[in-house]
Amino acid sequence: MSDTPRIRIRGLRKSFGANAVLDGVDLDVPRGTSMVVIGGSGSGKSVLLKCILGLVAPDAGSVEIDGQDILRLPWRERRVARARIGMLFQNGALFDSLPVWENVTFGLLARRMLSRRAAREQAGALLAQVGLGPEVGVLAPAELSGGMQKRVALARAIAAQPDILFFDEPTTGLDPIMGAVIDGLIVDCVKRLGSTAVAITHDMASAGRIGDAAAMLYRGRIIWSGPAARLMDSGCAEVEQFTHGRREGPIQMALRR
Amino acid sequence: MSNPLDHIAALGRAVLGFVREAGAMTLFGLDGLGHLLRPPFYPRRFGRALLEMGFFSLPVVALTAIFTGMVLALQTYTGFSRFNAASAIANVVVISITRELGPVLAGLMVAGRIGAATAAELGTMRVTDQIDALSTLSTEPMKYLVAPRLLAGIIALPLLVVVADILGVMGGFIVATAKLGFIPELYLHQTLSFMQAGDVISGLVKAAVFGFLIALLGCYRGYTSRGGAEGVGAATTGAVVMASILILAFDFGLTELFFSK
Ligand SMILES: Nc1ncnc2c1ncn2[C@@H]1O[C@H](COP(=O)(O)OP(=O)(O)O)[C@@H](O)[C@H]1O
Ligand SMILES: [Mg+2]
Repeated sequence: MSDTPRIRIRGLRKSFGANAVLDGVDLDVPRGTSMVVIGGSGSGKSVLLKCILGLVAPDAGSVEIDGQDILRLPWRERRVARARIGMLFQNGALFDSLPVWENVTFGLLARRMLSRRAAREQAGALLAQVGLGPEVGVLAPAELSGGMQKRVALARAIAAQPDILFFDEPTTGLDPIMGAVIDGLIVDCVKRLGSTAVAITHDMASAGRIGDAAAMLYRGRIIWSGPAARLMDSGCAEVEQFTHGRREGPIQMALRR
Repeated sequence: MSNPLDHIAALGRAVLGFVREAGAMTLFGLDGLGHLLRPPFYPRRFGRALLEMGFFSLPVVALTAIFTGMVLALQTYTGFSRFNAASAIANVVVISITRELGPVLAGLMVAGRIGAATAAELGTMRVTDQIDALSTLSTEPMKYLVAPRLLAGIIALPLLVVVADILGVMGGFIVATAKLGFIPELYLHQTLSFMQAGDVISGLVKAAVFGFLIALLGCYRGYTSRGGAEGVGAATTGAVVMASILILAFDFGLTELFFSK
């Protein structure tokens, strides 16, 4: 059993109208690995995560978690399987009608794991894990800076101690120092929980800090995967063009899109 | 010259699009109502929606009702005095307000306030991934966001209409007694003896339907919006316009159902 990957994706396809975003994605994420997925803007990285989370229904293919094809599970069990995944959304996606403490403990309250009174206290501990003081708890998300919002969103994602964590461009839109801080927090959280992680990024510094393994999504497929340390000299022309940020190479940016 | 068949095809597409949209909206509404029957329930969300839709709509509905009642008395007087029927003011006011104007005007006012606010809130939540985030936090968005609002709509609007009925009649009473020289006791007596339970109840049933439609349109357009701020704007206007049209259309349908025998 132990060599069953935690996540195994086979032949995943998803089109929006004529736009084939995912065109047969195959990907294995072994247990305990932090996998970074790189790829250009609009290459379908977010759609890939949403397919795994069940937020977008794929057209074909399978998504196995611990060997169980979750797309073919009955509705209720599928929800249980997905409740094991914590997700940090690209722009945080904090609930702006709720104070920070309720945001952070939302998943715990939803599962009736604690009372509202206990949740308020628990929120302090969760915020501490992402380097925020308890006084932040009473603020509204709109009162926070971008970096603080990311931290709160991270605290929310790890609150239920999920054994799988997804991060969608965790450092995009942050300054380099704050980016490094968030990466550090992500690595800490993943280690502490012993989770398996999938992080999307196009920030190479971030990829190197977060990832053990890496994969590149291009034209709806995974065209390369290997150790994250090899990203800069992968031997794959597309990956190298991307990681080195070269204008010339096999990847022609579709300017029309 | 374009092919005349093109126009027919365009018309067909528009009709098909309308039917598809109506079908999707109906399923959405039924799904939302279904969630009211299965736990978990969100009484806190319901309370908030009820407060927003009912309590905070009170001022605008109250003012609308009072002025409508006043104008109604005035117009009826000028019109009916030509036939020496001015004494029927009390009857006209009470029947118009309870059957028609109370529910329709309250519905239209609430559609402007709540339909827009709901569509904007849910639309923003959609385009900023907050609705997706709910799902990843073990919360069914339809149950959490939509179901409480639908129920609040069904309950809040009839309550508002009770207020509108009372204030509308009062508006008529004020004008009739203070300006047109009617005797207060007589006017009230006439109002109360002419008013029928059926008129009031039919108005409240209409109100419940309108409240549901307002909440449904706001939720549906917001929930399904896409394309950033522009999409949210379109959803907001769409929700108000569609809700207003549906209120008037359903008003006709329900009146036909209740009173044409
Ligand atoms: N709900 C949707 N409806 C239609 N098209 C979508 C939807 N979600 C994503 N797309 C399209 O899929 C493509 C990939 O999007 P996305 O996964 O967000 O890219 P990225 O790799 O930058 O995260 C884009 O062309 C986008 O327009
Ligand atoms: Mg993305």
